[in-house]
Amino acid sequence: MVTRSVQRPGGLAGGILVNATLVLAAAYFLLPIVWVLIAATKSPGDLYSTFGLWFSDSPQAWENLVDLFTQDGGAFSIWILNSVLYSGGGALVATIIATAAGYAFAKYAFRAKETLFWTILGGVLVPATVIALPLYFLLNAAGLTGSYWSVLLPSMVSPFGVYLARIHANASVPDEVVEAARIDGAGDLRIFGSIASRMMTPAIVTIFLFQFVTIWNNYLLPLVMLNDPKRFPITLGLTLWNSQTQRDPMFTQLVVTGSAVSVVLLVVLMVSLQRFWKADLTAGATKG
Amino acid sequence: MTAVTAAPRSDAPAAATLGEPIRRRPPRRPGALWVLLTPFLVMFAAFFIAPIVFAIIDSLFSQKSSGLGLGAPTREFVFLDNYAAALSNPSFVASLWRLVAFSAIEVPLMVVTALGLALLLGAAAARFPRAFRITYFMPYGVPGVIASLLWGFLYIPATSPVLQLLDAMGIDANPLSSDAVLFAIANIALWGFAGYNMLILIAALDSIPEELYEAAKLDGAGEWRMIWHIKLPLIRPSIVLVTLFTIIGTLQLFVEPLVLRPLTTAISSDFTPNLAAYNQAFAQGNPNLAAAMAVIVALLAFAFSALFLRIVNRKGNRAW
Repeated sequence: MVTRSVQRPGGLAGGILVNATLVLAAAYFLLPIVWVLIAATKSPGDLYSTFGLWFSDSPQAWENLVDLFTQDGGAFSIWILNSVLYSGGGALVATIIATAAGYAFAKYAFRAKETLFWTILGGVLVPATVIALPLYFLLNAAGLTGSYWSVLLPSMVSPFGVYLARIHANASVPDEVVEAARIDGAGDLRIFGSIASRMMTPAIVTIFLFQFVTIWNNYLLPLVMLNDPKRFPITLGLTLWNSQTQRDPMFTQLVVTGSAVSVVLLVVLMVSLQRFWKADLTAGATKG
Repeated sequence: MTAVTAAPRSDAPAAATLGEPIRRRPPRRPGALWVLLTPFLVMFAAFFIAPIVFAIIDSLFSQKSSGLGLGAPTREFVFLDNYAAALSNPSFVASLWRLVAFSAIEVPLMVVTALGLALLLGAAAARFPRAFRITYFMPYGVPGVIASLLWGFLYIPATSPVLQLLDAMGIDANPLSSDAVLFAIANIALWGFAGYNMLILIAALDSIPEELYEAAKLDGAGEWRMIWHIKLPLIRPSIVLVTLFTIIGTLQLFVEPLVLRPLTTAISSDFTPNLAAYNQAFAQGNPNLAAAMAVIVALLAFAFSALFLRIVNRKGNRAW
């Protein structure tokens, strides 16, 4: 953080300019969110006939929510649960195995270590689409497409998580601690499980959150893998409804309200866990 | 970030300064190493390496149906025929160029915005930087599909307060016209990811030692000179990283045009190479051609990344 020192002469105009720009940028980033939250309170007719950034005279937020959660036999709640399952389960396993691997890269010397690490990091650069299509045919051969596993398993791999874990293990787990624990007779796995992992907790939370949001936001993988709406995550479910708006305009309001609910869910998650998001992605690296 | 990633390749003393310890003796229990490492390696091999290898192999084959279409189609090795077919397909080539144009719009827009926001939030005059930071970052939690749905509503006059206001001022804007649609898509991506990239840059800015600013202040440097001579050079590796991620991200363009497509005639079913590949695989039933198209996108991503890293590393100050 830059210290707030005394403003130099002429800094006032600059200060106003800086803060005005910040406010404008905030308006830009909030615009779609504010729009959808307001739109979610309107009747399908008012959605088109009233000004988008203000409430209509006859708000019906509750009716919209009831419609949302009862449409198609409560499909929306199932989609939320599916999203939570895919994101939570996938991110949990991804975090555990990525942290273990990152720690191994940080604390052990072995043959071809850097080649292996760079191959994994190269995985970050491979466009997801290039993986998703062939993965469908591979999992199809294994009879897994259409199942929960077809989305969960690929979501459990986070090359970026390995990278973050390696950096943070370097930065926050001193070798002396590992050595001392070894001298005390602790096995290496216990050192990782009960000492190092505790020291790496902030990094572990960060890895989990990033993977959670990555899976939550992923569209292509479930799109390719799933065909039964019962197993859809929210993203896929909402586009399913969106594709029906031509046939029945009622679906537009469902899509709007559903979008609003899912935006609120994630915004609450992000704001409440704010301190872990700033957990510097690059900590320990730029301190070279 | 780059310091660490670059260091392991350089000599040992450099590595030591980064906290990657020089090991005096080999670990005593290599068994533990493999317990830690194997789960990830197995998953990585199964869900990253295998699909890529599969795509490459698949792209060299073709399904030939026999005579009257009776019996199972046979699989034939056709070497690069699928690539030739893809690259001689005018609409696929057009989609590749469209992608290049989109990158040319999106990458500078993204990097400049993220950098501008990070520097503004670090300015001494900025009020409530924490609140603004989380506000800018919030859209990262909104899936691209939903972001596209929302902006879709904001791009059509019937529901868009912005277009209605512009219309009231006599400005007739149509973000979904064929001239503007790439910008409309770029805007969705910018909205979703600028805050995330800003966060990476803020982390880099925060790690600049305070003494550097104080020294510069003593020398009479103003805020602009500090940005130009201290902040930008020191966070250069993170700027490179953000640029690289954005390049990779833009080449994956898929969701936004897919969602906006029903709203406009300016987006075709093979608007981007990924859409074309998806259509080939699932609508046209030609997975081999789809694999070739996917591999072409991957090669493009690697070529762009390599080219970009080459350019930024040319002046001798290596970033990676």
